[in-house]
Amino acid sequence: MGDLPPYPESLPQQPPSRRSSQASERRRSWGQAQPLAADPEEERQMPPDAQHSTSGWSQRRSLSQQESFLMPRAFQAEEVQLGGTEYPFMNSGFPSEFQPQPYPDESRIQAAQGTTSLILQGLQQGQGGLFQHLDSAFQEPPVSPLNQFNLYQSDQIYESAQHGPYRRDDPALQFSGSELGFPQYNAEVPEPEPLELAVQNAKAYLLQTSINCDLSLYEHLVNLLTKILNQRPEDPLSVLESLNRTTQWEWFHPKLDMLRDDPEMQPTYEMAEKQKALFTRGGGGAEGEQEMEEEVGETPVPNIMETAFYFEQAGVGLSVDESFRIFLALKQLVEQHPIHTCRFWGKILGINRSYLVAEVEFREGEEEVEEEEEVDEVMEGTEVLEAHGEEEGEGDEEKALDFIPKPMWNPPPVIPKEESRSGANKYLYFVCNEPGLPWTRLPHVTPAQIVNARKIKKFFTGYLDAPVVSYPPFPGNEANYLRAQIARISAATQISPLGFYQFSEEEGDEEEEGGAGRDSYEENPDFEGIPVLELIDSMANWVHHTQHILSQGRCTWVNPLQKTEEEEDLGEEEEKVDEGPEEVEQEVGPPLLTPLSEDAEIMHLSPWTMRMSCSLCPQYSVAVVRSNLWPGAYAYASGKKFENIYIGWGHKYSPENFNPALPAPIQQEYPSSPAIMERSDPTVEEEQAVKAVQEEVLAATEEEEEDKEEEEGEETDD
Amino acid sequence: MDAESLLLSLELASGSGQGLSPDRRASLLTSLLLVKRDYRYDRVLFWGRILGLVADYYIAQGLSEDQLAPRKTLYSLNCTEWSLLPPATEEMVAQSSVVKGRFMGDPSYEYEHIELQKVNEGEKVFEEEVVIQIKEETRLVYVIDQIDKAVAIIPRGALFKTPFGPTHVNRTFEGLSLSEAKKLSSYFHFREPVELKNKTLLEKADLDPSLDFMDSLEHDVPKGSWSIQMERGNALVVLRSLLWPGLTFYHAPRTRNYGYIYVGTGEKNMDLPFML
Repeated sequence: MGDLPPYPESLPQQPPSRRSSQASERRRSWGQAQPLAADPEEERQMPPDAQHSTSGWSQRRSLSQQESFLMPRAFQAEEVQLGGTEYPFMNSGFPSEFQPQPYPDESRIQAAQGTTSLILQGLQQGQGGLFQHLDSAFQEPPVSPLNQFNLYQSDQIYESAQHGPYRRDDPALQFSGSELGFPQYNAEVPEPEPLELAVQNAKAYLLQTSINCDLSLYEHLVNLLTKILNQRPEDPLSVLESLNRTTQWEWFHPKLDMLRDDPEMQPTYEMAEKQKALFTRGGGGAEGEQEMEEEVGETPVPNIMETAFYFEQAGVGLSVDESFRIFLALKQLVEQHPIHTCRFWGKILGINRSYLVAEVEFREGEEEVEEEEEVDEVMEGTEVLEAHGEEEGEGDEEKALDFIPKPMWNPPPVIPKEESRSGANKYLYFVCNEPGLPWTRLPHVTPAQIVNARKIKKFFTGYLDAPVVSYPPFPGNEANYLRAQIARISAATQISPLGFYQFSEEEGDEEEEGGAGRDSYEENPDFEGIPVLELIDSMANWVHHTQHILSQGRCTWVNPLQKTEEEEDLGEEEEKVDEGPEEVEQEVGPPLLTPLSEDAEIMHLSPWTMRMSCSLCPQYSVAVVRSNLWPGAYAYASGKKFENIYIGWGHKYSPENFNPALPAPIQQEYPSSPAIMERSDPTVEEEQAVKAVQEEVLAATEEEEEDKEEEEGEETDD
Repeated sequence: MDAESLLLSLELASGSGQGLSPDRRASLLTSLLLVKRDYRYDRVLFWGRILGLVADYYIAQGLSEDQLAPRKTLYSLNCTEWSLLPPATEEMVAQSSVVKGRFMGDPSYEYEHIELQKVNEGEKVFEEEVVIQIKEETRLVYVIDQIDKAVAIIPRGALFKTPFGPTHVNRTFEGLSLSEAKKLSSYFHFREPVELKNKTLLEKADLDPSLDFMDSLEHDVPKGSWSIQMERGNALVVLRSLLWPGLTFYHAPRTRNYGYIYVGTGEKNMDLPFML
C-alpha cells in the first residue's frame, strides 16, 4: 500500500487528462461496441515512478476505475465535445512506453478542457483524499484484479461493503440495450446492482493477464477498436484478422529509444552517409568561387546524365537518380587518379552484389607504379622456379645409376599478355559496388585468362577476391574473370556509327607485319551524323571500334614458339625433346572499324537488333541497337552523339546449352622399352629343360674332376 | 507490378537495367486503365516485356477479387491495344516445350518442329518425320505460364487468406523489416502451393494459416537460384532470378512498395547448375 500516497500528489498535475480518459474508459467498460461519435482518446501522463511496478499499475487502474465510477456522468457529454484531434490512444493502465507522441496532443487536450478541469479538479482531490483515508482503513492488498473489484466495491463511499450475489457472466445480459448508451446523470453514486456486478465481473475476467504476457484481452480489444475507429478502413470486417495481428504486434514491439538508432537501419544510414559525401563539393565555402571556375573547364568525366537520357528513350539504363550518383562517383574517381578520359562502361549484375564499371585511360606516362611492381614480382617468381628446376635436373643426372625419368611434357608456352594501352588492355577498368564506395582497379587481362573465360560460364558473386571454381581451372580470382569478360564484351559490342572514327593518316602501309592491321583511330572532325532511319536499316552503318580478340587471347598475334633470349639459355636441353608442332598458324581477325554486317550470325539469327526508340515520333527518335550475342549490350546514336553501355549478367548468349570442357586425355607416362618391360615367367617345361641342361653340365664337370683326382692319385702313387 | 503504382515501380525496378521508354510508360498508364475497366478486373499488373527479334511483347495480367485465382494474361505490341491470351492447357505445354531460341516478335509466326512419329501401316511400323507447326502465340502463353509458376513472388504478409476461401490483399501490410527482407523464407511463390503439404508437422505448427499458405522460396531447386541484393544504399531489396534471367522483384522494406517485372528473352537458363 505504500504506492498509494504518491497518487494524490500526482493527481492535481494531470487531472484533466486523467479524468476525461477515465470517463471514456468507463464508458468503454459498459459496452465495447458503442457507436459513439468522435471518441476522443488521450493518453495519460503517467508519473514515471509509478510505471515500473505492475502492482502499482494495477492499483492505479483500480483508482481510475473507482474514480471513473464515482465521477458524475454528465462529464460524458463534455467528453464528446472534445475534438477528435487528440492522439488516439487508450489510456488506462498502459505503460507510457506504449504511447508515442504524447506531448503535443496533451497540450491541446488541456486547452480544451480548461473550463471543466477546475470543477473536476475539485472533485478529484476530494476523492483522492477520500481514498487515502479509506485505504488506510482497509488493509486488503490489491494484488489481483478481482481483488481490486472487491476493494472497489467495498469502497463504496456512502455504503458499507456489500458482497452481493454475483450473477454469472452472461454476455446477453451485460451488453443488453439498457446497459449501453448514456446512463442518466446522477449526482450520487448509485449502488452496485447485481447487473453491474456481473458486468464488473466480466470486465475483471477480461482484464486478466496471464503469466506469459502483460496484455489482457480487454486491453487488446480496446487497442483494436481504437485503431479501427481512428483509421476507419473500408470494410473493416474483412481486415479484422490482419488488424488483430498488427495490433498485437505493435503492443509487443513498442518504439523504445528515442536516443539510440535503430540497429537494423545501421547499414542503411552508413551507406547514406557515404553517398552524402559524394554530394559535398571538394573545398570549403570560401574557396567556392575559385573552384567553380576551375570546374567549369574541361573535365574528363562525361555527361552521364545526357547519356542516361538517351538510353532512357530506348528503355535501357538505370534510374535517373542512380545515374546522377554514378556521375558523382566518377567525379570522385577522376579526382583521385590522374585520368585522361573516362567513361561509364556499364553494370554487371552479381549474385550478392553488382559491379559498376568505369573505363578510364590514364594520362600519358602516368602509369601506376603498382603495375610494374606486380610485373616484376611475377618475373622474379618465374625465374626462381626455373632456376630451381635447373638444379634439380642437374642433381638428378649425377645419380646416373638410379635416375628418375624426367617428364617429357612441356607446358605449352605462356603467351605474353599485351602491353598496357594496347589491344585488350587499351583501357583501365575500375569497379565499385555502389556509388559512394571506393573504386577498385582491375588488373590487366592476360590471354590465358581470356581463353579460359571462353570455356567457362559462371555467375559473379560480387566479391572481387572470390575464387572461380571451374573446370578448366581459371587462372585467377573473380577480379580476373570479371576483367576477362569485360574485355570480351568490349571487343564484341563496342560500336559506333560509320564515319565517326577514322584511321589516322600514317606513313606506313596497311600491310604491316603479320597483317595485324591498324590499331589506332581518331575522331573524325567532319562527321556529320547519319540519319536515324538509315542507321536502323542497315548494319553496315555501324562499325566496331575495338579490336577483335583472337582465339589466342590477344588482339595482335604472337608466335608462342619464338624463343626469347632467356628461354634460349635455359631451354637448350629441352629443345631436343620438343615434341610440339613447330609451326603455328598465324591467327587473323577482322580489322578495326569493320561494319556490323560482317558479324557472324548466331544460328540464323542476326547478331544485332536495330530499333527506333519511339515509333510515334520518328522525328526525334534515337536509333537503338541491341546485341543478341551479348544480351545487355546496347548502343544508341542520334545526330552526332552515340554511346555504348552494357547492363547485364556478363555472359554470352548461346542457343545451345553449355557443355563443360571434358577432362584432357590421360597422358602417356613413359615409353615402353625392354628395360622396363616385365618379362613373362618361364613355363614349367622351360624350367625343366634349363634344369636338365644344368644338371648335365654339373655331371660333366664332376666326372672331369673325378678323372683328374684319379690321375693325380695315380701319379702320387708312383 | 501494380498498374496503379507503375511509375514508382519502374523506378524501383530499374536496377536491372531494363525498363520502359517514356512513350511506352505514358501509353501503358492510359491503356491499362482502360483494360481494367473493359475487362472488369480488380487489379491489373504489368507483367513485363519479352524481347523479340523484330518486336517486343508487352504483357499485362488481370486479377479478380481472389488473388490466387488463375490470372488472365494480355499482350500487346505497342502498349495501346491489348489482346487476351488463352489460358495454358497441357497440350500447349507439351507442344511448346520443344521450341527453343528467341522469340520473333510476330504472334503469327510459326515454329517448325520436326518430330519422328511412329506410323502404323498395316503390319509395318516405321518412323516418319512429321513437321509440327507451333504458333508463337502458343509459345508465348507457355513461357508466361512457366515464368509465373516458377518465379513470380510476393512478400510474406502481402496476401492473407480468410476462412471463407478467397485470398485478399492485406491492406495492413506494412512491409517486411530489414532483417526479414534479406531472408528467402519471407517471400512466397505467387501461385497455388505445391510443397506446403510436404512440410513436417512441426514446421506446419509454426505456420500462420492466414499468412503462410503459399510455398516459400527457401526450398527452390536448385539452391542458390535466387540472388538477393540490397540496392540504393540499403534502402531497396532486389531479388533476381537466375533461373529465368530478367525477372526482377523489388521491395522497399518497411513500406508497401513491392512488385516484380520480367524483361528478358523468354528463355530459361538451363546452364544454371554450371554457373553457380
